[in-house]
Amino acid sequence: MPAWFVRRLAPGVLVAVCAVAVVAFHSPRSAQAEEPRYFAITNARIIPVSGPPIDGGTVVISNGLITAVGKDVAVPPEAWVIDGKGLTVYPGLIDALTDLGLPSAAPATPPGGGQQNVAALLAAQQGQRQARGPEDRPGTTPWLVAADDLKPNDRRIQTWREAGFTTALAAPSNGIFPGQGSIINLAGEEPGAMVVKAPATLQVNTARTGGFGGGFPSALMGALAYVKQVFIDTAWYAQAQPVYDAHPRGLERPDYDRTERVILAALRRDEPVLVPANNELQIRRMLEMAPEWSSHIVLYGVQEGYATANLIAAKKIPVLVNLRWPEPARDTDPESEDSLRTLRYRDKAPSTPAALAKAGVKFAFYSGGITNPKDILRNAKKSIDAGLSADAALRALTLDAADIFGVSDRLGSIEPGKIANLVITTGDIFSDRTQIKMVFVDGRRFLVREQAPPPQEPGAGGRSGNLTGRWNLIVVSPQGDEQATLEVTQSPDGTLSGSISSRMGTATLTNGSVSDARFTFTFTMTIDAGPTDVSVSGTLEGATLKGTMSFGGGFVMDFTGTRAGGPPGIAMWENEGGRR
Amino acid sequence: MKRATILLGLTLALALALAIPRSGEAQSSSVTVIKDATILTISHGTIEHGSVLIRDGKIAEVGKSVNAPAGATIIDAKGQFLMPGIIDCHSHIAIDGSVNEGSISVSSMVDIKDVVNADDIDIYRDLAGGVTAANVLHGSANSIGGKTVVIKLRWGQPADKLIFEGALPGIKFALGENPKRSGGAVLPGVPRRYPDTRMGVEDVIREAFKEAKEYMKSWDDYNRRKAAGEQNLIAPRRDLQLEPLVEVLQGKRYLHSHCYRADEIMMLMRVADEFGFKVRTFQHVLEGYKVAKEIAAHGAGASTFSDWWSYKMEAFDAIPYNAALMTQRGVVVSINSDSAEESRHLNQEAAKTMKYGGMTELEALKMVTLNPAIQLGIDKRVGSIDVGKDADLILYNKHPLSVYAVPQKVWIDGHEYFDRERDIAQRAELEKEKKALIEKEKKAEPGQQRQPGKQGPPRRPPQDGDSPEGMKP
Repeated sequence: MPAWFVRRLAPGVLVAVCAVAVVAFHSPRSAQAEEPRYFAITNARIIPVSGPPIDGGTVVISNGLITAVGKDVAVPPEAWVIDGKGLTVYPGLIDALTDLGLPSAAPATPPGGGQQNVAALLAAQQGQRQARGPEDRPGTTPWLVAADDLKPNDRRIQTWREAGFTTALAAPSNGIFPGQGSIINLAGEEPGAMVVKAPATLQVNTARTGGFGGGFPSALMGALAYVKQVFIDTAWYAQAQPVYDAHPRGLERPDYDRTERVILAALRRDEPVLVPANNELQIRRMLEMAPEWSSHIVLYGVQEGYATANLIAAKKIPVLVNLRWPEPARDTDPESEDSLRTLRYRDKAPSTPAALAKAGVKFAFYSGGITNPKDILRNAKKSIDAGLSADAALRALTLDAADIFGVSDRLGSIEPGKIANLVITTGDIFSDRTQIKMVFVDGRRFLVREQAPPPQEPGAGGRSGNLTGRWNLIVVSPQGDEQATLEVTQSPDGTLSGSISSRMGTATLTNGSVSDARFTFTFTMTIDAGPTDVSVSGTLEGATLKGTMSFGGGFVMDFTGTRAGGPPGIAMWENEGGRR
Repeated sequence: MKRATILLGLTLALALALAIPRSGEAQSSSVTVIKDATILTISHGTIEHGSVLIRDGKIAEVGKSVNAPAGATIIDAKGQFLMPGIIDCHSHIAIDGSVNEGSISVSSMVDIKDVVNADDIDIYRDLAGGVTAANVLHGSANSIGGKTVVIKLRWGQPADKLIFEGALPGIKFALGENPKRSGGAVLPGVPRRYPDTRMGVEDVIREAFKEAKEYMKSWDDYNRRKAAGEQNLIAPRRDLQLEPLVEVLQGKRYLHSHCYRADEIMMLMRVADEFGFKVRTFQHVLEGYKVAKEIAAHGAGASTFSDWWSYKMEAFDAIPYNAALMTQRGVVVSINSDSAEESRHLNQEAAKTMKYGGMTELEALKMVTLNPAIQLGIDKRVGSIDVGKDADLILYNKHPLSVYAVPQKVWIDGHEYFDRERDIAQRAELEKEKKALIEKEKKAEPGQQRQPGKQGPPRRPPQDGDSPEGMKP
């Protein structure tokens, strides 16, 4: 596809083109097909979370599960051995409330009367009737299950994974009863393969988002009354329907109501009901109100939990703490000053986890709108600085989160039989200087691209490297990693020739050259209806290729490459081990 | 610039007030004696150089002298005036989120009790103006509004501790221009909310009570059949919208109706007679003087403004003599604020009835103490300085009907929730704490810049359901 054409495309069309490129490059199930399903990470510091740390230990993974953990564990002959010297192995982290994989979630509209009218207008235009009362079930779609709507190509799945998160609660967020959340693993080409538990949670939202259609309810108290009525109706249905089914003659028939049926089923599965409560007022309110709705309530938000930890503990209600700590606004009137109350809140919010831990509240952490997933751990660190033990912080990100969602039998710690979700780091996961090197999700290995390549060290072989040979490339597409093979010959004058092959076919390299450690080449591949120019540039660092592929001048994907022959990536580890 | 400075000052003052430590908890002695005050008992005259003894939150003795036990906290109130706490019969303070669920014409399922905001600074400001209890009402956007609640202004206590225990809850009705307008511009394609006329308001109320009666009957039938031993019955579905109307019919919930014009006041009383319920208070009731005898005959109270009118058509026929004229016809009248500003000087509002209508000092003071207590059914507990009543008291430096009167101390249940000297003394300390926190944040700034800062995080604890101002009277 000529570049001039791409430039003239409207943004929407460009997105479509990119989507086509992604879909075309995406090869279902094949990406990891050549990956081994057996690994042994040896000689590493292992933090199982469920038990004490193991120095110089081994974790064996096979077919997506952890099969052995310990100091003196036999490495099975079929396993690819990863030398973990100098590395620390943690259970994969869990982000306890997100909309990852649900990019269609409607943007939250700031509350306000004007917004309400806009919402009303939109609703009218879309032919929706404004809700006239609880009977119209406004903003109520509890039957939507995140797992059914999962988009594996949500780019955040990769960025979260690279920040150490292997699992998340993905939950619908639009409406008063937006739907049911699902526990998903953050890798996979097919949505079905990502889902660990679905449905996992029933969401309740009492905040007015302006997205309720402009009718009832418009006020917080209206939303609260509505939620009460729905749970009352559900209890009524639970009582009425069996009576009617057994003795229909002479009884007025209960109306069919999908909301009641779905919520009753969720309550009978003992699904945690997630209710929002951030400040002290909301927390106290929900501690009073919500236990009437379900015996299994989980509060989320809870940033003013420092003032209410004992109350929460007394009710034995678990909590999801929003790690997006309040910060001063950046573009305010320089003469305006925040109130002492606000200042105190901002000062104390990060001490909430410590207070909860002290009171004995079970809690997990969630990203709460943090856009850069690296900030999640940074903000968890703030709560450690404010008095939380690092162990408790780690538990909140792993085993306790799994426990709250009823999946601690399969996630949250490094124990035999559990899902092989691991994070491999260069040290303490809460330290700013620690790098995440590798992440395992369902026993599949994902290399983590380094944000800024470290300066070249003498003798690392970068400048003098020769590209000639056969390379396995891993191309990072939004739908997961894709594999390609590069056959290349580097002539003494620096020109490159050869071919690149993927499931899309094989293409001949053109315009290939190497200058210092940087190489470039182009090739043309047929995507969708026509040929698309792909330009590639990258560097050879040690024994690794790193670079980007640009499709039609518009869509860019990163890739890494290792010499074919050994399992991809492992050679890199052996080399890098020497640098440390 | 000057304005900005004033604004800054106001913000500071607000911020400081917000930070007043939770008082009342540190009360060590359970016996307090306020001595040598001019005591305006409201119920039995004025006692010069009198004393009040407070024990366990209740008024235990009142008189020229009291028997103070050893260890009692003694407050020398020489030259000062003690009166019962002010009760504001129409308030919208301490509400989290919108005051109105205005989307529908019958929003009786919503409950102010669910959204009482114990952190609202207006509680503290009202307290500083001598208010100790308030009737917190839903707005007037719809014919039948939400459930209402009476609170005590126990600043520093959580929401559930503000509820006036034992006070009958209410429900807000509204007549006239507010409920018949649809609440702002009508967008193309969006249907107007019914009703559009005063006739429609009446219709909405009648239909709602008809439904409530049917609902009541369905429960009565069910309970009767169940008691008779019938098997396989399906209980009626609980309906949060109709339940409070049933309670009104049963006399278990007070009806407070916003109104202006005489004709609509008469309308509601006729509907009430037809369905067999009572209107507990007419609120605003600016034309109440025209139908005062009828209001008195119905047994309703009237809670009005001192001199606030002409802000809309239906408020043009108001006169400042309204409170006095209704009083003279036998109506129990209170003066309310409907405003978090006016509520801070309701004593002065009451004083205006002396100028307009010739009310006595006692009659004037009753309009913000005993009369609203009667209207809210809490006069056994509050409203006057009598032995056995709650020790909800204000100590003024001057006679409360003087414009120079400023509350010095305010007690609720015998706890000193406001003290002017303490408030002033703490300002410097709080200002220091504030500066320190600002400095701390500035120091942390370089570290924060490392983070991508485009998230625009919340500046304050998010309040769900923040909303535009509630409808004014």
